[in-house]
Amino acid sequence: MKPAPKPTPETQPFWDGTAAGELRIQRCKPCARHYFYPRPSCPRCGGDEVEWVRASGRATLYSYVINHRPAPGFEDEAPYAIAVVELEEGVRMMTNLVGVPNTPEHLELDMELQVVFERRGDVSVPLFEPAGGAR
Amino acid sequence: MSIVIAGAAETDEVGRLPGHSTMQLHLEAARNALADADMTIHDIDGVATVGTPGPIQIAHALGITPAWLDGTGVGGSSFLFHVRHAAAAIKAGLCRTVLITHGESGRSRVGAGRFGLGADSLLGQFELPYGVIGPPTSFTITALRYMKETGLTHEQLAEVAVAQRRWAHLNPRAMYRDLITVEDVLDSRMVAYPFHLLECCLVTDGGGALIVTSAERARRSPVHLLGSGEAAESPIISQMEDFTTSKGFRLSGEAAFAEAKITHEDVDHLMVYDAFAHVPIYGLEDLGFVGRGEAGAFIAEGHTSPGGRLPLNTNGGGLSYTHTGMYGMFAIQESVRQLRGEAAAQVPDVEVSVVLGNGGMFASAATLVLANRLP
Repeated sequence: MKPAPKPTPETQPFWDGTAAGELRIQRCKPCARHYFYPRPSCPRCGGDEVEWVRASGRATLYSYVINHRPAPGFEDEAPYAIAVVELEEGVRMMTNLVGVPNTPEHLELDMELQVVFERRGDVSVPLFEPAGGAR
Repeated sequence: MSIVIAGAAETDEVGRLPGHSTMQLHLEAARNALADADMTIHDIDGVATVGTPGPIQIAHALGITPAWLDGTGVGGSSFLFHVRHAAAAIKAGLCRTVLITHGESGRSRVGAGRFGLGADSLLGQFELPYGVIGPPTSFTITALRYMKETGLTHEQLAEVAVAQRRWAHLNPRAMYRDLITVEDVLDSRMVAYPFHLLECCLVTDGGGALIVTSAERARRSPVHLLGSGEAAESPIISQMEDFTTSKGFRLSGEAAFAEAKITHEDVDHLMVYDAFAHVPIYGLEDLGFVGRGEAGAFIAEGHTSPGGRLPLNTNGGGLSYTHTGMYGMFAIQESVRQLRGEAAAQVPDVEVSVVLGNGGMFASAATLVLANRLP
């Protein structure tokens, strides 16, 4: 079974969002900048006037590796890509890529992606597929 | 006050040591470093170490009652931090002579701490759910972005392993010594594209220790600490500001060069923590030895190899010499050996050596400027 994250109080809104099919990230009101991972303090100004907003779910492929030695729970998928995507809002997050063969030929950096969600036990994790759906 | 490394030694052997616990590796290295410094436990009033079993147990096991302790644990660069912190403590009069130890049963896992992080940790929530299985699948993730933005080729990445193996070939203690070609690297097993097995570090057992004190207390072959710097960037690699450059490398290097009042032309020898083949490329650029995007060609042209103008990772590095899990201690050890003229693959006339340490996945960084003379 694939590892499932366990929310903490400051990350609970993120995981509530994924369970509802939304990608929620934080934004500092004075700085008007988004940030990730969830935390109660703006990494730019140090302030605590931060809010949760719904991200568009659109992203581009920033970088990745294709792992040939699978982690527990990923045995049926190896080799699989571990990717970092850049959201339209400017923040990056690690993820997996679905709906596209996980080969160098099919994974072009900066390709356009969109978020989908995968249920893992009690939580849902955000994954990304090519924009416009699976290929 | 001039701060020096007055003693430096590794464990009797490095590599596969299933008969040694983590604790034994620490103590063997400590005793070897004390002998190297011509000192005893009675000279030591400060102890620094990282991970299992920690500075209290090390001090107690050796019979040292420390007046100063440092357990700074920021990954494989921790020992560079310890040297810097020890220098500050000695200058401040908090202690006089510091023992820094490292021992890690990275391969055999004897008396070692457990790996693993809770599902509610930062990594547990935002990296491990995606099938990350240790450094080979996360430290490596910046490389494709670097390759796209700079034009670094797969062959040039492989050249890093080739160049370092040339040094390991000259070092009887290196775990892998046979010369290799770019084709050998590219034909080796794929671990995490674009990284092949020979572009990933070893996993070994071993240890090392240092004795840091003031110049007047040193008894033999002191190596002077001319400057140091420390920095941190992000606890998880996805949050690095830019996947093509390490902020920690840049900031710690700038601080160390400024304190030492040196320029790049002064540097005779360089150690860059090389958990994976791309790290020396980042190190060369982020320390300013070459321009952006130039490191791959610089290494491929042989400038860091034996006979080259910037000898790099002259013990064979983490890729070919040894890598217990926290390699920084071994990078310092090789720098000291080169400055004393005692290295297996000795470079002629080394007077100034720079050591760049990495901790975690580009998470922490520290730089030391060491010299066998005062400027």
